[in-house]
Amino acid sequence: MRCSSPNPSRVTMNSMPETDAVRPDVLRPTVDASQFGVVQRPLSIGERIYNIGAVRKLAILVLLAVAWEIYARWLHNDLLFPTFSATLRAFAEAMISGGLLGKAWTSIKVLLIGYSAGIALAAVLTTVAISSRVGTDLLETLTSMFNPLPAIALLPLALIWFGLGSGSLVFVLIHSVLWAVALNTHSGFLSVSTTLRMVGRNYGLHGLSYVGRILIPAAFPSILTGLKIGWAFAWRTLIAAELVFGVSSGSGGLGWFIYENKNQLEIANVFAGLFTVIMIGLLVENVIFRTIEQRTVRKWGMQN
Amino acid sequence: MTETTAPLLDVRGVTLQYKTSEHRITATYRVDFQVFRSDRFILLGPSGCGKSTLLKAVGGYLNPVEGEIRLKGMPVTRPGPDRMMVFQEFDQLLPWKTVKENVLFALVSSGKLSGKAAQEKALEYIHKVNLTKFADSFPHTLSGGMKQRVAIARGMAMEPDVLLMDEPFAALDALTRRKMQDELLQLWDDTHFTVLFVTHSIAEAITIGSRILLMSPHPGQVKAELNSLPRSTTHGDAARELERKIHALLFAEPVESHDEFHA
Repeated sequence: MRCSSPNPSRVTMNSMPETDAVRPDVLRPTVDASQFGVVQRPLSIGERIYNIGAVRKLAILVLLAVAWEIYARWLHNDLLFPTFSATLRAFAEAMISGGLLGKAWTSIKVLLIGYSAGIALAAVLTTVAISSRVGTDLLETLTSMFNPLPAIALLPLALIWFGLGSGSLVFVLIHSVLWAVALNTHSGFLSVSTTLRMVGRNYGLHGLSYVGRILIPAAFPSILTGLKIGWAFAWRTLIAAELVFGVSSGSGGLGWFIYENKNQLEIANVFAGLFTVIMIGLLVENVIFRTIEQRTVRKWGMQN
Repeated sequence: MTETTAPLLDVRGVTLQYKTSEHRITATYRVDFQVFRSDRFILLGPSGCGKSTLLKAVGGYLNPVEGEIRLKGMPVTRPGPDRMMVFQEFDQLLPWKTVKENVLFALVSSGKLSGKAAQEKALEYIHKVNLTKFADSFPHTLSGGMKQRVAIARGMAMEPDVLLMDEPFAALDALTRRKMQDELLQLWDDTHFTVLFVTHSIAEAITIGSRILLMSPHPGQVKAELNSLPRSTTHGDAARELERKIHALLFAEPVESHDEFHA
């Protein structure tokens, strides 16, 4: 291969080595794979255990619990900051005899009603938004109006409209879920690549089957984010609302449990109530959402 | 190819325009060509000659402002499974479906086949593109060339009237591209499908095409319609000669004005 010829440009490139000498062709045989020491080797047990996400997270949780325990013992003030073990004891007692389970269930029931109603409304709103320009404008306007409005700020109004029942709670829950989910779903729909849209239309899909079979799966990472944010917003709103107006129709929820115990200065129970909220949060995030994520967006390679 | 029969795809006087936020742009101006059954018809031209836009119009994604596109005598108005597209982008496969499901989904959702017949058809074409081993893999685990082979299998399994290919090998490396071109020709030997193929590579046009439409840019107009070479001679002196001829045609500066064109 002669790659240079005498021309003026060569003068300026005098840092390049001279390559006019003809070099011979070289052929080298490859070594058979069996000659190598390692072609493929299983990971060690330690490496494999470290690869399990649950183990890593559990380790973090244990560390946090130990830190809590040590700090609380050092502080030695049960009224301000009960130890982890005292909290666990209070949690177990409240679970067995104090009706914590029932209260948690009351909260979760209301939460699920509000959450699913919010998602259903978000689905309707985004479908309208994706099918017309006015719909998009409507969604954008409504979202920018209501998304910054704290759900708790609507609570007094909700109490007047729906009374002291779970109706008011469901109303504020819908408000806290709807906008987050709608916003994320819509931005997910908008970011679906033109190629995928054209592929869907190439198959002759349109209307709801197009949304359901192409847009929703293609936008699923964003939708999932919306669902997670919506879930967190719903939890916060619910606990806060229960703290504010307490008991509804005879059986209070977790917020009420926390409020009641604070009044009686049963601080370990307050911690047990908060602990329940945290446990449910961890469970939903790490079991339910994680499973959905692994079976969808990770499996499809849309998220690493 | 005898021209005694009616053309499969008849593009007559097609002017295409699209809007950006500030301009209305004419992409092609009064383009005419006819594609006959089993043609490997190439749209060749530099970027900006509207060849991809023209292919999208044949696909039914945009309607001509002037002229008419007819497939088997019926005007083309919207996208449909009788004109399957193979895109340049690797993301044209549905990431939430495996290779087999991708091919299957096209067959089932367009209502062409269902159940066992669809399964068999899907596997048959996956076998044709040598991906039987990867039938249950998800697209993100495949290389670029393999993804394009799945897209080709998906397009061919539908047995469309015409397969529309929009620079399907442009994003591949040169070695893979050569291999894919050969494979495409082998597939054509097998089923003699009709394909409308967009490319900006003269060499690719000569290798793949049986008939080549040359287009000039801004706006796209037909410059010439040439026969390509017999398959055995696509790499020899004749090929180089044809390549020179096409090059000269494409890059000769035209002096004609629009008025002359009208006349």
